[in-house]
Amino acid sequence: MNNIIILPIIIPFIVGALLIIFAKHHKLQRVISGLTSIILLLFAIYLAVLVYMDGIIVLEAGDWPAPFGIVLVADMFATLMLLLTAILAIACLFFAFKTITPKRERFYFYPFYFFLLVGVNGAFLTGDIFNLFVFFEVLLLASYGLIVHGGTKYQLRESFKYVIINVFTSALFVVAVAWLYSVTGTLNMAHLSERVAELEQTGVVNTIAMMLFIVFATKGALFPLYFWLPKSYFGPPAAIAALFGGLLTKVGIYAIIRVFTLIFYHDAGYTHKTIITIAAGFTMLLGVLGAVSQFDFKRILSYHIISQVGYMVMGLGIFTPLAVAGAIYYIAHHMIVKTALFLFEGATKRVTGVSDLKQMGGLLKTHPWLAWLFFITAISLAGIPPFSGFFSKFPIILAGFQEGQYVIAGVALLVGLLTLFSMMKIFSYVFWGKQKHTEEQANIKIGKLLAPIAPLVALTIILGLAAEPMFQYSLEVAEQIMDPQIYVDSVLKE
Amino acid sequence: MEIVMSIVIGIVFAISVYLLLSRNLIRVILGTLTISHGVHLLLITMSELQRGAPPLLNIGEENFTDPLPQALVLTAIVIAFGVTSMLLVMGYRTYKEHNTEDLDQLRGSADE
Repeated sequence: MNNIIILPIIIPFIVGALLIIFAKHHKLQRVISGLTSIILLLFAIYLAVLVYMDGIIVLEAGDWPAPFGIVLVADMFATLMLLLTAILAIACLFFAFKTITPKRERFYFYPFYFFLLVGVNGAFLTGDIFNLFVFFEVLLLASYGLIVHGGTKYQLRESFKYVIINVFTSALFVVAVAWLYSVTGTLNMAHLSERVAELEQTGVVNTIAMMLFIVFATKGALFPLYFWLPKSYFGPPAAIAALFGGLLTKVGIYAIIRVFTLIFYHDAGYTHKTIITIAAGFTMLLGVLGAVSQFDFKRILSYHIISQVGYMVMGLGIFTPLAVAGAIYYIAHHMIVKTALFLFEGATKRVTGVSDLKQMGGLLKTHPWLAWLFFITAISLAGIPPFSGFFSKFPIILAGFQEGQYVIAGVALLVGLLTLFSMMKIFSYVFWGKQKHTEEQANIKIGKLLAPIAPLVALTIILGLAAEPMFQYSLEVAEQIMDPQIYVDSVLKE
Repeated sequence: MEIVMSIVIGIVFAISVYLLLSRNLIRVILGTLTISHGVHLLLITMSELQRGAPPLLNIGEENFTDPLPQALVLTAIVIAFGVTSMLLVMGYRTYKEHNTEDLDQLRGSADE
């Protein structure tokens, strides 16, 4: 029965491998990949419900007992992330059906897509820190493939930097794993949690913790390691940029939250309340300032990824159940809304052919549906009630004031204001003003492009209106990850 | 022995950082190659270099080598191999498209 939690890794793996064989058959590829993404979503829902009802499910691969064998662990946090991944994957995939050119499809777009999902799902489920590295590499290799997919001049140039940064941080990851093994003698995360507790996290253990923080902060685009993100996410087409923007940095954030709640939580005054909080503050502020200064639709959205990653890490930095629950709620909100915004960018580009704000205008008159759906998503991102953005920022900032972290809470409020400003800048440039696209472009029908985005917009409304149950759920997730003993007991079975 | 290995690893890291910071595309790729070598050596060294019996076969011996880091390093080597080959292809394509291997000329300007 425990075996089922390996399915989110195995299914996309087998399907991805199958799709390589059918690379030349467009229709067949679409049918197979569409069906698989639906199956993955249904399975993720089932798994989330199952774990919510019955508690953590642990799979010991090959029946080797932990900590000797490799374990996969599905707790509430992991299953929530799996569910969000499945939702994003399905939306981006159906958007890709309409926007990715046949030439790109033929060059193994769908296999890369599913191998990326293998890596992401694996990183969420694994209970072993070396396997976390392996799954990171799987998802990174697939992402290298996707980010240069199409091979335009711009993509090749910027992706090269993206790859170099990631290869370098992966090397640091292995260094951190090596040190951790030499100090504790284990790599199983539950076992590590016990051993680090015995060692009383000081000196060398803190150094290792910071090394891991640097690694995940680079993957998650935190200050001062976010510089690679805006340029490299500008290159690929909207469907890929949306998937990356919604998903990839969040894997890094997931790893930070996992490691700093399960293993390195003993010296919270230093690691959480000093380093992580300061990093979060600067990430939010500099990200949003970057967004304010830009005049390109896609670049503004890319800079907003950075500023919003700051909120999630801020929730971890404050480190109370309320704040961590807020961070988890915020991750759910952000993944859905950010993907939707990137897809809107793709739909807008289909009409106008550009992504420069100054060359667009008057879309409200010709494409009202696009305009109003974008408007809902944009103000949800900025944190206007009754949408999900407000209810997810509220607990984080409230917890900041409760804990006396006034500076960071103030920064978060300011950043919210600037976010609203830059989203309204997009809205007024693109949708208001004089029509700058031709009549021919005005007649382009984009209903089919909006169909995969509409469910995401509906989700942000639902997450906002049903804030009470959603917040209760986040709070339960937070309480589970804030008590590492639950995780340790279910893995080591003591 | 660990001290000697640590110095060697330090030198390898220094070389690879130097290569990574250079302007030539191929040198940067070589930098990633050497840094992965340094990391693999570190992984082996960190579990103490033992001289003694092979693991698992002679249980009860005093000194036996730890098999786990060797399994880990094997995995890491395979991954580094895949990543390097990917990087070489990408570097080649970048060179073909842009007709340059000078990273200063691949910076990209703000107004494009």
